[in-house]
Amino acid sequence: MTNVVALILAGGQGTRLGVLTEKIPKPAVQFGGKYRIIDFTLSNCVNSGIYRVGVLAQYRPHLLNKHIGIGKPWDLDRKGGGVTILQPYSTLTESVWYKGTADAVYQNIEFVDEYNPEYVVVLSGDHIYSMDYSEFVYYHVSKGALATIACMEVPISEAHRFGIMVTDIDYKIIDFQEKPKQPKSNLASLGIYVFNWDFIKQTLIEDAKDEASEHDFGKNVIPKILPTERVYAYPFEGYWQDVGTIMSYWETNLELVRPIPPFNIHDPNWRIYTRSEEMQPAYISPSGEVRNSIVSEGCEIHGLVENSIISQGVNIGENSVVRNSVIMTKVEIGDNVIIEDAIIAENTIIKNGCKIGLGEYAESKYDKKVYNSHITVIGMDTVVEEDCEFGKNVVVGNDKIVPKGTRLESGGYFL
Amino acid sequence: MKVLGLILAGGKSDALGKLVYKRASAAVPVFGKYRAIDFTLSNMVNSGIYKVGVLTQYNPRSLMDHLGSGKEWDLDRKHGGLYILQPYIGMTGEYWYRGTADAIFQNTTMLRRGDEDYVLIGSGDHIYKMLYDDLFRYHFAKSADITLLVKELDDTYDLTQYGTVVTEPDGRIIDIKEKVQNPPTRKAFLGVYFINKYLLLELLYDTVPAGKYDLLLDVVIPNLSKLRVYAYEFKGYWRNVKKGINEYYKMNMEVLNSQALREELFVKYGKVYTKLKDYPPAKYTNTAKVSNSIIADGCIISGNVKNSVLFRGVVVKAGARVENSIVMQDTVIEEGAIVRNAIIDKNCVIRAEQMLVGDFEPVVLEKWMVV
Repeated sequence: MTNVVALILAGGQGTRLGVLTEKIPKPAVQFGGKYRIIDFTLSNCVNSGIYRVGVLAQYRPHLLNKHIGIGKPWDLDRKGGGVTILQPYSTLTESVWYKGTADAVYQNIEFVDEYNPEYVVVLSGDHIYSMDYSEFVYYHVSKGALATIACMEVPISEAHRFGIMVTDIDYKIIDFQEKPKQPKSNLASLGIYVFNWDFIKQTLIEDAKDEASEHDFGKNVIPKILPTERVYAYPFEGYWQDVGTIMSYWETNLELVRPIPPFNIHDPNWRIYTRSEEMQPAYISPSGEVRNSIVSEGCEIHGLVENSIISQGVNIGENSVVRNSVIMTKVEIGDNVIIEDAIIAENTIIKNGCKIGLGEYAESKYDKKVYNSHITVIGMDTVVEEDCEFGKNVVVGNDKIVPKGTRLESGGYFL
Repeated sequence: MKVLGLILAGGKSDALGKLVYKRASAAVPVFGKYRAIDFTLSNMVNSGIYKVGVLTQYNPRSLMDHLGSGKEWDLDRKHGGLYILQPYIGMTGEYWYRGTADAIFQNTTMLRRGDEDYVLIGSGDHIYKMLYDDLFRYHFAKSADITLLVKELDDTYDLTQYGTVVTEPDGRIIDIKEKVQNPPTRKAFLGVYFINKYLLLELLYDTVPAGKYDLLLDVVIPNLSKLRVYAYEFKGYWRNVKKGINEYYKMNMEVLNSQALREELFVKYGKVYTKLKDYPPAKYTNTAKVSNSIIADGCIISGNVKNSVLFRGVVVKAGARVENSIVMQDTVIEEGAIVRNAIIDKNCVIRAEQMLVGDFEPVVLEKWMVV
């Protein structure tokens, strides 16, 4: 894989994750008790033997920069290659943001040219999956393709949410539909591509001149090359999730605690690497109880944890109950607290006697598009003072102090 | 002031039996994810000592594997960093380290080369958390030549196994009795020395070529009247893994039973760094029942775990019971097995429905065993 460069698109905000991505980009959101979402793609790269990686960042990149650093946890601190964070830059004549996925790659042609690779793998930093990219690249080579798109079969009823590929018997793509009302197939694009570098470089240079284009791979580049070039689909059969919404984020996390999880983070042959703080092993006290859950290092559990993901350094006090929830790093939960169906972001403090996730679902009074499930979301670095009571589908912002005894009914908000 | 750290980690410990058949006592695993040496090494790094030599001799493979390039302790550096000092064959002969003073004497190049003025000598076997700054300040305030770390030990320690010190009211040491039947005081020497580098060199050249090899017995004690040797009293928690299986077992249980102690060892005086293994977080299934236990990353627990320390990657299957035990990395306890009062080393398998039960003394199972 020395002739391959991977580019990870990590610039998106992920607006449908609401307060979770207000301060950080989606690839930096925590996942699975100790990881951040981009860890899965980065680990896939190194596990596939790709050690030349560019991460294209744009939206609030500080935490992402700090997390990736020089790439030590992924063994990407290397002499020839390693990981480089590519942010938008200004030139003599202009300074522009990345206008789209294709434009982001176009603006970094020089970075890729340095390595002079034969192939580039274009990946997304916000998917949860394990994929051996070397198999993907060899498939691309064996088909003699100029571009190959990783695809997955989805239920036909879901097909309208994806870019749908229609292929011939050899998986050559003959038609493409972006979010079709009447899908002709159920083979959905995962937004993961291999390109011959010389070919895509020329295509991107042409696309950059096209003023009608939105400079997006899925919307513009792929449809444009499809009629004339050899573009293939790579049928991927493993687990793949785009944790785009609060509901899917919550569900995908909780899938990890199933007896036989669809996605196995315990696979010793495909480790997921991350930068995590050094912490002591978890302690479960005599009054503590943990069932059907994931509990990370640095936790002290004195209460009941059921069907939940507890990230590093979380303290849960006496007589407290955490159910069906995702609790992120260093959250402090006091005594006599009840938390159900919630996502609580990093460093937040929930003081004694709070009750979160009570009652029944109600439509959000703040933003119906983003907050459309029964999950209550509390942002990072927030303090919820004693005896607050929140219903379901409540949202509390980042860096807030919720005064003592605040009551928020289902669908309410504190921003 | 620059300080060179030296950690004596070459010792063999007969008292630990099966746990040290294949590893140095400094590499004995403790508290779910650490090895004994992590504490002294982290203490040094947390105190700003970034040049550390580790003197190894007995069975160093696992210790070397653990330390690696020193990355986890931020000791992979251009200047300073981690040095592994092993016995070697030279032009003038080949010697094992014949004692603590000899071990340092054989590495005087390391002392002479550096630009450090002081040397802090610790042991890889000791479990305690401390920032050494206060000890340094004490050393200068007393205009001491050598400062030793001491602690008033209570009844839970067997004082005949320690060196005990007699001090004047201002802290100057006038007598040290090494492992005697009737110790004069309860103040034990904790194996930590702070000394000017050039003075140390001088003392070593004075003793080692004359065939005296022990740092305490041959270097410090004979010079008590000539040099100003002071005792700095350590107040925190302190244990020596080398003193025996019971002591080892006891300290693991102490950490289980005291939140204040966990706070002291893992949080208060800086972190304890150790080799990363990239295990995923621990998973508890529907049938898991865990109480008063330490559970490291990578564990998968479906059985019953009580008053136990589980290291990284331990699997306890449904119906298995683990009580009052220490279970080390990647050991698997299968369905319905019972483990009680046991110390199980790495990579063991307790087969379904089998029993491993210790009575007064915990039963110890060696690495790679299958029951």
